[in-house]
Amino acid sequence: MIFEGLNEKFQNIFSQLKRKGKLSEKDIQEVNREIKMALLEADVNFKVVKQFTKNIGERAIGQEVLSSLTPGQQFIKIVKDEMTTLLGGEIERMDFVQGRQNVYMMVGLQGAGKTTTAAKLANLLRKEKKFKPLLVACDVYRPAAIKQLEILGDELKIDVYSEHDVKDPVGIAKRGMQKSIEGHYDLVIMDTAGRLQIDEALMDELVNIKEAINPTEILLTVDGMTGQESVNVANEFNRLLDISGVILTKLDGDTRGGAALSITYTIGKAIKYIGTGEKLTDIELFYPDRMASRILGMGDVLSFIDKAQSMMDDEKAKELEEKFRNQDFDLNDFLDQIKQIESMGSISSLLEMMPGANKKALKNVDLSGADTKKTEAIILSMTQEERHKPGIINASRRRRIALGSGTMVADVNRLLKGFEQSKKMMKQMSNPSMAKKGRMKLPFM
Amino acid sequence: MELSLYERMRNKLLKTADNFKEKIENVMYMGSFDDDFFDELEETLILSDLGAQTSVKITESLRAKIKETRSKSKEEVMGFLKEILVEMVQVETEKPQLPTIMLVVGVNGVGKTTTIAKLSERYKKEGKKVVIAAADTFRAAAVEQLDEWARRVGVDIIKSTTGADPSSVIFDAIGAAKARKADILICDTAGRLHNKVNLMKELEKISRVINREGDGFSIHNLMVLDATTGQNAINQAKVFHDCVEIKGIVLTKLDGTAKGGIAISIIDEMQIPIEYVGIGEKSEDLIDFDPKKFVDLLFE
Ligand SMILES: Nc1nc2c(ncn2[C@@H]2O[C@H](COP(=O)(O)OP(=O)(O)OP(=O)(O)O)[C@@H](O)[C@H]2O)c(=O)[nH]1
Ligand SMILES: Nc1nc2c(ncn2[C@@H]2O[C@H](COP(=O)(O)OP(=O)(O)OP(=O)(O)O)[C@@H](O)[C@H]2O)c(=O)[nH]1
Ligand SMILES: [Mg+2]
Ligand SMILES: [Mg+2]
Repeated sequence: MIFEGLNEKFQNIFSQLKRKGKLSEKDIQEVNREIKMALLEADVNFKVVKQFTKNIGERAIGQEVLSSLTPGQQFIKIVKDEMTTLLGGEIERMDFVQGRQNVYMMVGLQGAGKTTTAAKLANLLRKEKKFKPLLVACDVYRPAAIKQLEILGDELKIDVYSEHDVKDPVGIAKRGMQKSIEGHYDLVIMDTAGRLQIDEALMDELVNIKEAINPTEILLTVDGMTGQESVNVANEFNRLLDISGVILTKLDGDTRGGAALSITYTIGKAIKYIGTGEKLTDIELFYPDRMASRILGMGDVLSFIDKAQSMMDDEKAKELEEKFRNQDFDLNDFLDQIKQIESMGSISSLLEMMPGANKKALKNVDLSGADTKKTEAIILSMTQEERHKPGIINASRRRRIALGSGTMVADVNRLLKGFEQSKKMMKQMSNPSMAKKGRMKLPFM
Repeated sequence: MELSLYERMRNKLLKTADNFKEKIENVMYMGSFDDDFFDELEETLILSDLGAQTSVKITESLRAKIKETRSKSKEEVMGFLKEILVEMVQVETEKPQLPTIMLVVGVNGVGKTTTIAKLSERYKKEGKKVVIAAADTFRAAAVEQLDEWARRVGVDIIKSTTGADPSSVIFDAIGAAKARKADILICDTAGRLHNKVNLMKELEKISRVINREGDGFSIHNLMVLDATTGQNAINQAKVFHDCVEIKGIVLTKLDGTAKGGIAISIIDEMQIPIEYVGIGEKSEDLIDFDPKKFVDLLFE
C-alpha cells in the first residue's frame, strides 16, 4: 500500500534482509531507496532525507554491516543510532533556573497548540517542580483567545494575567511580569498569538516581547502533522528569536512525525516536550531514542512503561500481576484500570504503543475516555457475582443491567466484548515469549 | 566528525533557495530535459508536500509527454507540466442547493471556526440568511470564539454551554434554521484527530441527526485542511470522508509559505474538490479555489 506505516515498511525491509543473511552493496542501495521513500512519506524534509540516507549508506557499505554475522540487525542498529543522533542524541531537559524566575514564551504558527501547551506546562511543572505558575495572555488578536487561557487557568486553578481591552501585547507582557514579581510567581508562561514566520510586523512584535521580558525559554510549538515546511518555519523563528527548544504537539494522532527529525536537524535545537492529547495532562518529555524507535517500528515501549508506571502504584501492580497469573482479572479490576488509565488516554492508545500489538484487533477494543462514565455505570449495575464471573451474564441479565445503568443492551455487549478482548490482550502481553520478543518488561510482569 | 557533517548539511540546507523557477532555469539552460531536470522537478513537488508517490507519477507523465511531443522548448514544457497538474486538481464541484446544512469537520487547529466566520460573511454578502451552530462544546472558549465571530459578521448563532451534547446543539440549530427560514446552516464541530474512535463516532451521531432532522435542506459537508499539513492529511481525508460524506475541502493558511501540495494527492486519490482557500485570519480572507493559480503557486 502507498501509505502504509513507516513502521511496517521498515519491518518489511528488514525482515527481507534478515532472511537473506548477508548484504550486498546493491542490497544497501535498495534498502536506502526504500528508507528514503518511507521517510518522505513520514514527512521528513527532503533534504534531510537525502543526507540521512547518504550517511547510512556510507556507514553500512563502509564496514560493520557486510562483514557482520547478522547484517539485518546491524543495519537496524545503524539506522536507529543515526536517527537518534539526528533527533538530538541525549535527552535535553529544560533548564530550570534557581533563584530567579523562569519565564517562558510560547511561539509558533496559528493553531499549533500554544495556548493548550502553555496550560499543560504550567500544570506539569507545578506538580513536578513545585513552581507557582502564572499564565500571561498576550494573544490580543484571535477571538476569545484570552478567554481560552482564562478558562484553562480556571480549570487548573492556575492564575492568569490578562487585560481585556488592551491591544498591546508587549505592554501586557511587561505588566504580567510586574504582577508575577509582586505575587512571587516563580514560573511565568506567556501565551502569544499564532503567526506566520513571514509576517514581519508580528515577528517584530515577538522580538519586542522577548526584549521586554527576557525569557529563560522560548518554546517553538509545532504541529506534529506538519509536512515539508517544518524546516522553513523552525528556521525563521529560530533566526529571529533564537528559540531555546521545540514542543511537538498532536502526536496522539497517527502522524509519523517526520517533522521531529527535520526540525532538530535543521536548527539544532532540542524538542523538549511532546503533546499527546487535548487533555491538560497530555504532555510528555521528548526522548530522541523513543522517537527513533517509534519511527522505526520498534514500538514505543519505554513511553508505555513510563506512563504505566507513573499511573500505577507498586502495590496495585503486584496485585494485578497476581491476577493475570491466576486468570483472576475481573470486571472490578477492569473498572479500576479504566479509571486509572482514563487520565492518560485510551487503553487502546496505550496498547497501540506495544510492539507486536495487533492493530486490527485493537480497533475493536474501544475504551476511550468518553466511555468511562458509561462503563462505570454499567459495571456498577452488575452484582458482585456478575462482575467476578462475567460468563454468567445472559440476555436477561444484560437487559437488567442496561436498564439499571441507563444504557442500551448493545452498550453492555460492547463492554463485555471489550473486557474479553483486553483480557486476551493482556494475557498475550504477559506471555514471556512475546515479552522477550518485544524486549519489554511491564511494571506488572 | 559526524557533528561537523550535520553542521555542513545544516548550513547547506539554510542557504538553498526553494525556488523551482530558478532551479529549472538553470537546469534548462543545459538545453535538454535530462534526469537532472526530472530529479529537480520531483524534488520541488515533494517539497510542496505532494508526497513521493504523486510526485513520481506527475514526473512520469511529463516525461511521457516530452517524449511524445519531442518538445525542447522551456515554455512549452512548463506548460505541459502545469496542464498535467491543473487536470489533476480539477474536480467537478457541486454547488450546494439552498437551503443547505454544512457540517464543518477537521483535525485540531486547522481553522474550522475561522472558516465558518468567513463562509458566513460571504453568504451574508450575497444576501443569504445564515445561521451558525456552536457544536464545539469541548474546547475551552470554542463557543465564545464562534460567538464573537457571529457578532462581528452579524449572523445568528445557536449555542449551548461547554460540555453539552453536540448533537443536541445541532438538533436545536436545525429547528432554529427552519423557523428562521435560513438559507444556510453552518455547524462548527470540535477539532478531532481521525484516529480517535469515540470522537469519530460522535461525529457520526451528529451527522445522523442532520440526516434525520434536516428535511428540506441539502447536506454539504466540508473538511478543513491546513496547508502546512504533510502526508497525514491523506489519512485525515479518508477517515473523515468515511465518517461523514465530505463534499468539499477548504484549504487554509495558504497565505503562509506552505504550498498545500498534499491537497493534490487527496484530490487525485479521492476526487473530492477543493472549494475554498483561506488566506488569512480575517473574515474576508476566503477565496474560491482556482486550479491554475494554485498550480502556479507551487512553482513560486
Ligand atoms: N489531539 C491533540 N490536540 C491538541 C494537542 N495540543 C493542542 N491540541 C488542540 O489543537 C487545537 C489548537 O490548540 P491551541 O492551543 O488553541 O493552539 P494555538 O497555537 O494556541 O492556536 P492560535 O492561538 O490560534 O495560534 C485545539 O483544539 C487543542 O485542543 C495535542 O497534543 N493533541
Ligand atoms: N494565516 C492564517 N491563519 C488562519 C487561517 N485560518 C485560520 N487561521 C488561524 O488558525 C488558528 C486556528 O483557527 P480556528 O478557526 O480556531 O481552528 P479550528 O479548526 O476551529 O480549531 P479547533 O476548534 O481548536 O480544532 C487561528 O489562530 C486562526 O486565526 C488562514 O487561512 N490563514
Ligand atoms: Mg492560542
Ligand atoms: Mg474551532
